[in-house]
Amino acid sequence: MSAPEKMLKVDIWRGNEKGEYQSFEVPERDNQTVLDVVTYIQRHLDAALAYRFACRVGVCGSCAMTVNGRPRWTCRTHVSRVVKGGKLTIAPLQNLPVIRDLVTDMAQFFDKWNAARGRFVAGDNPKDELAPVSPEQKERTAASAAIECINCGVCYSACDVVSWRDDYLGPAALNRAWAAYNDVRDGDRPGILKAISQSGGCHNCHTHQSCAEHCPVSLNPTFSIAGLKRASLKAKLKGELK
Amino acid sequence: MSPLSYLLQRGTAMLMVPLIITHLTLIIWAVQDGLSAEEILSRTRGSIIWAGFYGLFVFAAAIHAGIGVQTILREWTPLGRLATANVGHVFILTLWLLGARAIYAVVWA
Repeated sequence: MSAPEKMLKVDIWRGNEKGEYQSFEVPERDNQTVLDVVTYIQRHLDAALAYRFACRVGVCGSCAMTVNGRPRWTCRTHVSRVVKGGKLTIAPLQNLPVIRDLVTDMAQFFDKWNAARGRFVAGDNPKDELAPVSPEQKERTAASAAIECINCGVCYSACDVVSWRDDYLGPAALNRAWAAYNDVRDGDRPGILKAISQSGGCHNCHTHQSCAEHCPVSLNPTFSIAGLKRASLKAKLKGELK
Repeated sequence: MSPLSYLLQRGTAMLMVPLIITHLTLIIWAVQDGLSAEEILSRTRGSIIWAGFYGLFVFAAAIHAGIGVQTILREWTPLGRLATANVGHVFILTLWLLGARAIYAVVWA
């Protein structure tokens, strides 16, 4: 007779802003990720469970959830690393409206990317202005350090200032703005400084470093925000930032 | 917070570091022979240097604290941008007036 299967006790948020935790029992497996657990529940215990995922290998950034109180990418979070007393508590990301169960509305997150001017703007004559960029160049090095963001929203969920201020652009958008600012081919770099100096801009960051602590790909948005603060202050002192 | 507010708050913080060290050193040195109103006033009365030192201190502290209060109110209360700015400005003015009055009292009154 085989030994009884070892089970995990999993509490999962059900509902939207108002709701409650629902308990499930899921068989414990070797090398099991938190996303595996959620998927098991959706496929075997409750098909109505709403959650979001795509790549399952830490590239797409769509499966972030709050696991035992901390925002994490669930596809690369092994249960053995986060389980406490055989129990997991899984909730949607904080600081974002909940659509249903574990699915948040990411609209404000991406709207703030746009508000921080995180996209490339070509100059008037992009063909002629296409500058060679050496990998060793100071700006390129700074951009490289910030560029690998997967837009998972973990830093946004972990940030205290986001939880306090609706208009704060947040670590991901500002980190993206820093990467864009260091693109020497960009046709409107002062426009980025203007965008990140608005009311909810980079100067509101308290340097708590929660974003850097939680970032699953080990970026340091706080460092990027410090760069934006320096650049915007220099521009302000030179009268280039109105 | 605007870049100007950020610059003012960080700038006044940097300015206050040597002022606070000097102020604390002065307190420790001044109490060595006992502390009395006469002893303090004998040092400060008519002193343009101390008036300037504490004038700068009060000015920096008022701006630093006022911007800080504005930020805290914006983050922790439902007050909007204009309301917190107004409270912050009143706070700066109040602190500065109280400090200026104290300086006047120990230097000229």
